[in-house]
Order: sequence, then structure tokens, then C-alpha cells
Amino acid sequence: MKKRAQFDKVSLSFETPKGRLNVVEDVSYDINDGDFIAVIGPSGCGKTTMMSMLAGFQKPTTGKVLFDGRPVAGPGPERGVIFQEYGVFPWLTVKQNIAFGLTLNANHVPTAERDAICDHYLGLMGLSDFANSYPKHLSGGMRQRLAIARAYAVKPQFLLMDEPFGALDAQTRSNMQNLLLKVLETEGKTVMLITHSVEEAIYLASRIVVVTARPARIKEIIDVPFAYPRDESIQERPEFAELRSYIRQLVMDEYRAQQAQMRPVSFSE
Amino acid sequence: MNGAGLRRLGLGLIPWIGAILLWYAVRWSGFVNVSLIPAPHQVAAKFFELLTKEGLLIDIFASTRRVFLGVALGILVAVPVGFLLGWYRPARTFADPMINFFRALPPIALIPLVIVYFGVDELAKLVILFYASFFSGVIVMYEGVSQITPLYIRVAQTLGANQTEIFRKVIIPLTVPHILTALRVALGVAWATLVASELIAAQRGLGAMIQNASTYFLLDVIYVGIICIGLIALIMDLILRKITARLLVWQDRAIA
Repeated sequence: MKKRAQFDKVSLSFETPKGRLNVVEDVSYDINDGDFIAVIGPSGCGKTTMMSMLAGFQKPTTGKVLFDGRPVAGPGPERGVIFQEYGVFPWLTVKQNIAFGLTLNANHVPTAERDAICDHYLGLMGLSDFANSYPKHLSGGMRQRLAIARAYAVKPQFLLMDEPFGALDAQTRSNMQNLLLKVLETEGKTVMLITHSVEEAIYLASRIVVVTARPARIKEIIDVPFAYPRDESIQERPEFAELRSYIRQLVMDEYRAQQAQMRPVSFSE
Repeated sequence: MNGAGLRRLGLGLIPWIGAILLWYAVRWSGFVNVSLIPAPHQVAAKFFELLTKEGLLIDIFASTRRVFLGVALGILVAVPVGFLLGWYRPARTFADPMINFFRALPPIALIPLVIVYFGVDELAKLVILFYASFFSGVIVMYEGVSQITPLYIRVAQTLGANQTEIFRKVIIPLTVPHILTALRVALGVAWATLVASELIAAQRGLGAMIQNASTYFLLDVIYVGIICIGLIALIMDLILRKITARLLVWQDRAIA
């Protein structure tokens, strides 16, 4: 199996007025081609920072973050990012948003092909009727679908998702999860998903990385025993419930550790 | 025009009719010496007299041209300067106190100096109007630009945008609303400064007309001048608002 991304003894810390703040500490794991990795841990633990280093927005203080064997130097179109805040461009229509990446020099997409790619993702994400609308007319779920379509359009090999469904209501969230699974089935990508929902992690991921309270260290890496394609029925299985309570326990322990940590020092980030 | 359009026009006209009625009311109430308040119809008559016999259009043109040039030049400089200040924090720390110092100076206070350095020609008036529009525009620009969220830039980077593409496709669209606001603010300030700039021995122009009329106590002419300034400023603002609505259809506004 080809290694896509590697965290090799990665640590990241900040200098603050109150001293050094370790955000990520000695993290090592590999993400193979075709993996769907979910990173889970208490909020504020530094899991987003991990993703941010692979996306190229932050550099590790020590250790190496590699993508396709080379150290990550900055953001790039081969690593698509879906942000928690969506980040759809409000000044562009839905279609123009999807086309944005296709018009950039780095992606070499001939003008003639752009329309077909846009239409494909408009259809896939159920946005065809809104092609010429501005994002201000879209609901939260539609904006998130647009952000995913835009990231997909430039055909990244790797998808980084930072709590992408966190702001959505339960129904939309579960719809989006199913849509993501369906799209992955047809497009086949490697994914790193940051989440705080245990169910979401188990339902979507092939492997779950449980992270400790800050500084983020790896507590446990768990293989999810369900084969793809998956559907909602797996959530009814006893193995699902077992795994859920096991991971929940791990995360809760870390959450309590974090609460205990927070009492003496007040964090200001 | 449809029903809704007529309704809006009606709503817009009511305050004007109210103001004219109030004007008559004050005049007829007896609290104020009637010779100090020309009636609206007298002012209207004066307006047509000035228009046909005294070349009011030349004054209007002279003033509008000064304001237009002053604002255009002022904003042309304010946009890049405001952009730099908003984008690069060190530049802001460096220039902020000085900009606030100059911004606080009323342009009228600078007139004697402007006369000394730039004479009494067209250039002097332009300098005053440039000064006024630059400093009002630059503040709006840098406040606006400094509020641009880095999220959109990050998104563009992850899609593969290089520095020029980020500037062209992300920064510029995000800056346009602030340029338009800066223009509107500068236009308002420039009209307010116009009379001051035309104090510098202007031959023509609405400010000059008001100035000359005050020497001879021609109250009706002063009223005509004031109303003209207000009306032209209003028309310019309306045009700018139309352009804004066109360019910024994408913006999520509480009131469309």
C-alpha cells in the first residue's frame, strides 16, 4: 500500500507570555492511499493543528510532515481542504465557485472542459437548480455541498476535512455523510477527517486516530471493521455500539483530563 | 412605472413637501423677520433667473468638476495607500498616528497655507478637495481591508492559486465594496469642503456664488446655492448607489 501522508515524530509548540505551549507532541502515523482516517479528540486538543500542518498552513516545530514522500512546504491543489466555515466565495455564483479552481494556472484545465466538470459536480451535489445563485441564497447544508464540490472539481488526491458537518442540523448532517460516502465510492480518494463525533468517525472512517487532550498525542489507532460500501444499517449493528462505547470512553477520559488541566491555568490562545 | 415604484417615489417626496411647508410656516409664523427668509417660490424664481441670465450652469459645472476631480484623485491615491495600511500591520503602526493627525485638521484651517504655496488658481481648490477626500477615503479603505478574513485566501491557496491569482480573484473582489464606500464618504466630505475651497478667490462655482451673495446680503441667492449643492450631492450619491447595487448583488444586505 502506497503511503500518501506521513507524520514523523511531529511536535508543534508556541511561545506564549506564560511560557511554551505544546499543541502537538511526538505524533507519528501514516495515511495510506485510499484510507479514510478520522481524527477524534476533545475540542481544542490540537487535532485541527495536525490537519493544518498537512494542509501546509502551519509548520511543525520538530519532526516531519510528508506528502508523497516530500516535506509539505505550503498549501497545494493536490490536497483539497474543506473548512469548517465552508469558505464559499460570496461574490461568485454557485457555478463560478466550482469553476474557481479550474480557472487557476496550477490546475491546467482547458476552458472547453470546465463547463462539463462544473455541471458534473453541480449534479452530484444536487446544486444544479442553483447554478446561477449567489451563496447568500443557500442554506448551510448547500453551502457545505458547494465547498465540497469546489474542492473536488480540481481533483485532489487527498481530502482534508475539518469538522465539515459540525454546524449542520442532524438530518442534513446524516444526508451529507451519506453523500460523502457515495461520492467517495465513485471518485475514490484518501481522506483525513477531523471530527468530535464518535458516530461520524465510525460510520465514515476506515481508521480512527484517537488523540489526547492538549498537547495532542496519539492515544490509540483503531481499525474500523466495516467494509465499504456502507449504509446506515451498520449503525444498528452490535459491533458499532461496542466500538462506539469503547471510543467514547477514550474520548471522555481525555475530556476529563482536559477539564482538570484547565482549572489551574487559564488558556488564552 | 409600476405601483411599487410610484409608492416609493411618493414616500420619497413626502419629506420634501413637508420641508417646504415647514419653510412657509416658519416664514408666516411671525417669529422671524420675513425679510430674512425668502419664500420657497421666491427662491425658485431666483433659481430660474440665475439659470437663464447669470449662468448658474457655469457655476454648477465649475463646482461639480472640482468635486469630481478632487474625489477622483483623492480616492485614486487613497485606495492603494489604504490597502497597504490595512494589509500590512507594520505599515499601519507606522502611519496611523500621522494619518489621524492630518485627518483631524479641518481643510478650512489650511486655506491660508494653500494660498501661499499653490496660489489662488484652480490648483489650490483642487488641493483642498484632494486633501479632504484622500483622508476620509483612506480611513474607510484601511478599516475595510484590515477586516478581510484570511479564510478566503486559504481556500484559494488550497485550490492552487498563486500570489497574483489570489490578488486578482480574491483580494480585488473583496476590496471593491470598500472602494465604493470610500467613494461615497469622500463625495460627501468633498461637497462639504467645496465652499471652503471656493473661498480662495474663486470666480465661479456654487461656493463662490454663495460667498459673493453673502457680501451683498442676497439671501435668495444663498438659498439657491445651498439647495443646488445639496441636490447635486444627492444625485451623485444616487448614481453611486445604483452602481454599488449593480456591482455588489452578491452582498447579503439586511435591506435590499
